[in-house]
Amino acid sequence: MLHAEGTNWAAMVQKIDLDHTRFRAIVRGAIRRDLRKHVANGALIARRGSQTVSIPMPQIQLPRFRFGTNQGGGVGQGNGQVGEPLGPGEKPEGQAEAGEEAGEHALEVEVSLDELAKILGEELALPRIEPKGRRQVTTEVHRYTGLRRVGPASLRHVKRTFKRALKREIASGRFGPGGGVIVPVPDDMRYRTWEPKLQPQSNAVILYMMDVSGSMGDEQKEIVRIEAFWIDTWLKSQYRHIETRYIVHDAEAKEVDEHTFFHLRESGGTKISSAYELCNRIVDREYPPQEWNIYPFHFSDGDNWSGGDTARCLDLLRDQLLPKVNVFCYGQVRSTYGSGQFKNDLDNSFRDDERVITSEVPDKDGIVDSIKQFLGTGR
Amino acid sequence: MTLPKDLAELQKRVRDVAADYKLDFFETVFELVDWAQMNTVAAYEGFPVRYPHWRFGMTYDQISKSYGWGFSKIYELVINNDPCYAYLLKGNSLVDQKLVMAHVYAHCDFFKNNLWFAPTNRHMIDELASHATRIQRHVSREGADEVEAFLDSCLCLENLIDIYAPYAPPKRRPREGEGKDAKGKEIVRFQAKPYMESFINPPEFIEGQKKAIEEARKRPPRFPERPERDVLWLLLEHAPLRDWQRDLLAMIREEAYYFAPQRLTKIANEGWASFQHSKMMTEKLLDASEVVDFAERHAGAMATQPGQINPYKLGIELFRDIEERWDKGQFGKEYEECDDRDVKRHWDTGLKQGREKVFEVRRIYNDVTFVDEFLTREFCERQKLYTYEFNPKTGRQEIASRDWRQVKDRLLRSLANGGQPIIEVTDGNFRNRGEMVLSHRHDGQDLDLAQAKETLRHLFRLWSRPVHIETLVEGRRRRLSYDGETHELVDL
Repeated sequence: MLHAEGTNWAAMVQKIDLDHTRFRAIVRGAIRRDLRKHVANGALIARRGSQTVSIPMPQIQLPRFRFGTNQGGGVGQGNGQVGEPLGPGEKPEGQAEAGEEAGEHALEVEVSLDELAKILGEELALPRIEPKGRRQVTTEVHRYTGLRRVGPASLRHVKRTFKRALKREIASGRFGPGGGVIVPVPDDMRYRTWEPKLQPQSNAVILYMMDVSGSMGDEQKEIVRIEAFWIDTWLKSQYRHIETRYIVHDAEAKEVDEHTFFHLRESGGTKISSAYELCNRIVDREYPPQEWNIYPFHFSDGDNWSGGDTARCLDLLRDQLLPKVNVFCYGQVRSTYGSGQFKNDLDNSFRDDERVITSEVPDKDGIVDSIKQFLGTGR
Repeated sequence: MTLPKDLAELQKRVRDVAADYKLDFFETVFELVDWAQMNTVAAYEGFPVRYPHWRFGMTYDQISKSYGWGFSKIYELVINNDPCYAYLLKGNSLVDQKLVMAHVYAHCDFFKNNLWFAPTNRHMIDELASHATRIQRHVSREGADEVEAFLDSCLCLENLIDIYAPYAPPKRRPREGEGKDAKGKEIVRFQAKPYMESFINPPEFIEGQKKAIEEARKRPPRFPERPERDVLWLLLEHAPLRDWQRDLLAMIREEAYYFAPQRLTKIANEGWASFQHSKMMTEKLLDASEVVDFAERHAGAMATQPGQINPYKLGIELFRDIEERWDKGQFGKEYEECDDRDVKRHWDTGLKQGREKVFEVRRIYNDVTFVDEFLTREFCERQKLYTYEFNPKTGRQEIASRDWRQVKDRLLRSLANGGQPIIEVTDGNFRNRGEMVLSHRHDGQDLDLAQAKETLRHLFRLWSRPVHIETLVEGRRRRLSYDGETHELVDL
């Protein structure tokens, strides 16, 4: 017989943790099984919070012989004439068993970006990135580590102070179930203290470049958007501090914010070198390669204005950019207008250079493979 | 955690009031828990110890999320056990705790006295703890994945029990090899004088009998002899299972039977508890300063949503109606046959039997009989009950009818068999190849076919021979089969 005192709550909470962990593992397994679908699904990005993504999933539930819900209908209670619709937005479920069957609702799984990156990494077998060279920087960070009895009022630890006061008042018998007021005396006061700590820090910057000339349509941009989301997700899980810059170009290049990057539509010719130049300038100005891991990604449909400009691009890459970056990625999105020549040019010139990765994305389903090509080197 | 002094005193007070109201309950142990613990117990269906399974984790996930978002707060959680266990949420206001206690004592009274709970194990806490230990042992011997996969399969079939069986006289179930239809095995010979023999027992008659017996012998015996609703029992007895699998299945079946009465008495049970708590609180327990808070809580619990029946609301109103009718004598032939609605409305014979009647109702009724007997036309109209249907033209759920007979019919159908489809094994040796045929007794609602397919997979895992289910799909009789590799849906 279990008695009130005998219920071991600590053990119980631990056990539900095991069940919970197992459930999360099953959910992750389901996400992983359908990863390609999820990756190709742009709607996912719209559901992004600051730290989490909610993924709509087919219900995880044990199948049963049960009634289909389609035929609907049932019994309700309330006002309304025959023929009137039920209240707005109400989706009746089940009949008389309100609240009986938990978990009948469609599942929307909230997954943290970290976890998503982990799943992506496991599924695509992405290697962990080793920050390049010995360029790690140590920074001094301050951490609140303890308490002391004196300090500035702004660092007062209210909860601890209150607790001390509470203890004192209860011990002195002035406070109990009957009531009383807690007034902290100076002796109760507790303040936070900090300690400086040295921490290795590795920074990374992602520079997205995109061709927004007339030949890049909405679908191409959608592909770039999705791919950028997943690249972000992965690299963010690899670096403590990460910055993202966006460059768009047609015949000339300019830096824009994220929203503009994905929504801007220009027309006109294409001069890829303009983007590479701007990229190079940004790197030179703000991201010294000794301190930063640099990831330029360029997306285009592979049409460049002239062979002369392409040659200029190759020179820029060889002499300026490549020595500074971890890896240079070029993604060619297939479009009806693009010739796709640029990828060939890059491949021909940098066939043996590990720092250049090119990849062709025929459609949304190709995103996964492209990501794997880009990030599969662990650089 | 033992209750702090003020709550312990409160419990004593509520207990005394409940006893004054002639509630007859098991002793009740209240545990004061914080919300993480509350979610845990709720995920375990009220019990502190359950076997390891991810579905508890899933429920926990859902409960803690909806709590975290402020959508729901679990107010009462009580388990049918002797002593009853119930949980109080730390940090709830005193009036909430009072309300929960009053409500819980009425539930305990229902558990103890309602006949539909009579066959349940009153030491289920211990039983479930021992199940957990046993399953844990199987896990360490057979491996977690093995056991989990098998548990999943058992749980998918969990609702295939005969929920009314515990209330019928025990069926004698013939074992293998016995009771093979004793009748017709021997040739019947009427008594006759020798000279009458050829007239009373003519040779054709004897011959005919011999032939019939011969044929009966050749024909394989029906298995099961009668359609069997307790599919889990049949599997336990006849499926080729290993010992640990049989043990798991037996436990899942036992738990399913334990929880079944709660599904059979949802409206009556919640109605009874709400009916009693509202009396106790308003007549005895509330301080003047707590009335508004109580009213808010109570109203929250009684709230109805479009397209849903709130069992608390329907139950409490039915009990109130019964009490009033039996107080005023509004029942019986004379009352029923009166067609002057005005006379009926003011009918009062001063009978004063309401109290007695509600206690009788809580003793012998389940949801089906409760609604069937006491949901009257007047009640239906007063409570504004309606049926609704999906209108494919507008794509909305629309109120279909307010006719009390239709409402009642619909409601009863949704309550029948605890809200589960009625499914029985009609043939355990289909095509003489040991295949199993289930039949769904279709009462107007189709099965969810996608789920049925998946469920057949799990059934196959246990039965290890092809399995079939016969049901109506959009009005046509069809058979869904699974042979271990593919599904097949054929017209019959």
